[in-house]
Amino acid sequence: MSAVILYAGTAILLIWSFRKDRQKTRQGLKKAWKAFENILPQFLFILLLIGFILAMLDETVISRLLGRQSGLTGMAIAALIGSVTLIPGFIAFPLAASLLAAGAGYGQIAMFLTTLMMVGIVTLPLEATYFGKRLAVARNVYAFIYAVVSSLILGALL
Amino acid sequence: MKSIFVRYRMAILLACAGGVLTLIDPDTGCRAFALTGDNILEMLSFLPPIFILLGLLDVWVDRETMMKYMGEQAGLRGNILAFLLGSAAAGPLYAAFPMAGVMLKKQASMLNIFIFIGAWSTTKVPLIMFETATLGFRFMALRLLFNIAGIVIIAKILHIQARKMDLNVPAD
Repeated sequence: MSAVILYAGTAILLIWSFRKDRQKTRQGLKKAWKAFENILPQFLFILLLIGFILAMLDETVISRLLGRQSGLTGMAIAALIGSVTLIPGFIAFPLAASLLAAGAGYGQIAMFLTTLMMVGIVTLPLEATYFGKRLAVARNVYAFIYAVVSSLILGALL
Repeated sequence: MKSIFVRYRMAILLACAGGVLTLIDPDTGCRAFALTGDNILEMLSFLPPIFILLGLLDVWVDRETMMKYMGEQAGLRGNILAFLLGSAAAGPLYAAFPMAGVMLKKQASMLNIFIFIGAWSTTKVPLIMFETATLGFRFMALRLLFNIAGIVIIAKILHIQARKMDLNVPAD
């Protein structure tokens, strides 16, 4: 659904742009392609790496690691898996729901989801090309600390 | 221009390693390549519009406009705009970095850049609706509340840090 909106919105803007100034639009598309082509090697590397990580760490393994009574160890593992991997939301949320149903705690699930969304170790080199190494690392470190603190609180509240 | 092999060497190396893995453990190897294929298809499904938007942003929004709405002087309005733009996004976080790169080049403030990144990572609207459906309203609402606070705190700290490093104006 969101993809449809994204495509429709982009198409409308593109048509508007083209009617207003062909030259500029062509220039914009050229820039779009250049930006994409520039980053494609890193994208491919990331996607391959994710493929390998998830092949070894499939849903049954994750369920086992974050399952019932995994406690603080489970929290740590959740943080680790969430930080390293990159799982799209439409897979991560159902997975989280089934983990909950299987007896995992809310804290572990929050930790897994929050680090998954905010921290990206695999994408760190990519992030660094835009923000510089120090800021990119700093962002991930703060996000990690924040994820740990907020998940502990959330786990205690729910 | 660097040769294709040099530019793609990491990906090629990893693919070769995957080939070796497939020989040793066909199950895991095949699954890895199948997952990679799925991921590439997913990437191709949302990246074209994102990059086209990026190109249009680059040619239509000039530096002055960007500074006015999202620069250091834009204030709360700029923060809210950055938050809304990030929340309206689709696609994983790594697609946000090139977009943030263009905003940075046009002098959006670091604070707004990192609010945009934070919102893209955790408060995307389609994702929130999906989260409510799978994990329930209470979990979603609490996580959202925590994360919005986290986005602002992290962005503020990074903003201060960037200013100290004098990194607000990267090379074109």
